[in-house]
Amino acid sequence: MTATATSARSDLSELGRSETALRTFLHGLPGVDQVGAEQRAAQLGTRSIKTTAKAQAIDLAIRMVDLTTLEGADTPGKVRALAAKALRPDPADPSCPHVGAVCVYPLMVPYVAEVLRGSGVHLASVATAFPSGQAPLEVKLADTRAAVEAGADEIDMVINRGAFLAGRYSEVYDEIVATKQACGDAHLKVILETGELATYDNVRRASWLAMLAGGDFIKTSTGKVPVAATLPVTLVMLEAVRDFRAATGRQVGVKPAGGIKTTKDAIKYLVMVNETVGPDWLDPDWFRFGASSLLNDLLMQRTKLKTGVYAGPDYFTLD
Amino acid sequence: MSERVAVRKTYKLFIGGKFPRSESGRSYIVQDSNVSLASRKDARDAVVAARAAVKGWAGAIAYNRGQILYRVAEMLEGRREQFVALDVPGAEVDAAVDRWVWYAGWSDKLSQVYGGANPVAGPYFNLSAPEPTGVVAVVAPEAPALLGLVSVIAPAIVGGNTVVVAASPAAPLAAVTLAEVLATSDLPGGVVNILTGRLPETVPALAAHMDVNAIDLTGVTDAELAAELEVKAAENLKRVLRPVAADHDWSADPGLGRMTALLETKTVWHPKGV
Repeated sequence: MTATATSARSDLSELGRSETALRTFLHGLPGVDQVGAEQRAAQLGTRSIKTTAKAQAIDLAIRMVDLTTLEGADTPGKVRALAAKALRPDPADPSCPHVGAVCVYPLMVPYVAEVLRGSGVHLASVATAFPSGQAPLEVKLADTRAAVEAGADEIDMVINRGAFLAGRYSEVYDEIVATKQACGDAHLKVILETGELATYDNVRRASWLAMLAGGDFIKTSTGKVPVAATLPVTLVMLEAVRDFRAATGRQVGVKPAGGIKTTKDAIKYLVMVNETVGPDWLDPDWFRFGASSLLNDLLMQRTKLKTGVYAGPDYFTLD
Repeated sequence: MSERVAVRKTYKLFIGGKFPRSESGRSYIVQDSNVSLASRKDARDAVVAARAAVKGWAGAIAYNRGQILYRVAEMLEGRREQFVALDVPGAEVDAAVDRWVWYAGWSDKLSQVYGGANPVAGPYFNLSAPEPTGVVAVVAPEAPALLGLVSVIAPAIVGGNTVVVAASPAAPLAAVTLAEVLATSDLPGGVVNILTGRLPETVPALAAHMDVNAIDLTGVTDAELAAELEVKAAENLKRVLRPVAADHDWSADPGLGRMTALLETKTVWHPKGV
């Protein structure tokens, strides 16, 4: 490794110490060409993936699903049913892989943990005053610790968008660092809520900020605001994780969430991952879909490929 | 000044209230016009559109459905000349309008004639009501082009079903023109979807589709294809209407069979005096 790269790496780890250094770095990131990013994403979306490649993509996408339910009306019974579905998405077909993780609110974690124990399916919990993140830091950290103690091995935190948009970057940075500490061994996914960040430049800055502060994954959205994951936003985030690995050697995962409902959408994302960051990220450890209805569509398409007959939603569980 | 060049029309599919080209990009020529050649995937998209429309259409009150169907008849009357220009005899257009009005009238009468209170041996109210089956795939007859089409679509939708119609490959122009009538008459998008093209390409996909609840094989003339379609339809126990005889008289009184074959009876027991 060259001397400059080493010094660049140590520079990056020092950034969090001063508000000025952090601001200078984040505002020094090159701006995103909005038209270019949207066009690139649209172009990659036109790729045609068929037959065996499609079958592989569908199975990979199923393994990448974070099967999510984040409703006020969630009950122990409902999340148990969801966890059972995560283990065996298609009960009629043992060759169907299990999903990547189940994602629930902290209070529901113990019920899911009972079902998932020893299965290899991860258990994610949202925390830090999801979805707004507008709570005192102590409350957020307590929320996180409670979720980890209850059995979550992945924590989906929200950044403080109010502070980020007001330009108080070190406040956001410190919160992520503190949450990462509270997580212990659990993986930390940082939700940027890109629908509230307004510009791609902000998405790029927030991505770098989350990665610098130690996030293991960066995630687009909570699914609770009208604009959720889009292809161009995910493209900007994928470029950020690629550049971050080039600069620091650490690999960070990406999770688009919200609004991904069809197999076609999912495959567009997979194509984009492959073209932007390469096959290193084509793995459930490095790329996830936050979704609920997507799984049923994946299962229907899988059944169609196997049987040659279009499947109907009557034959899959509702969730 | 140069002479004006007439605008030629491309006859497209009718799916979910819109007029898309076939996703395959193909077309074929009928009566000097380009007509979309629907693929298996267009059939799939049409079923998705039809399924999405079921809730609103089946949930609309019968009186409202009847009003919308009357409106269709009005628009059909207004486009009389357009059908005549496609070589549909004027008398047939009139008969098609009358047929549509006749079915529209049945909308709020079906549940009175086919439902009601049943006497039972116990302290219960026992009520039966006809309910729509869901998504119905329909193979339209080749002739008469318009009257035949109306005679298979109207009875299917009057009870609250939504349909995916495979138009006759030889007579698709009347079907697409009827779609233009439907698109301008308050009928919610997706209640009627029309595919033009080759039957062996689209209809087997519809017959095998697990999200289609019934199939009307009226326009299938090939006995072997009809048998194959029935076998496919059996997989999820679709209701099947068999093909009609070649000399079927479409101008005769249609009776109620086409409507009632696509309805299911729901019976509710309710304790009395509690």
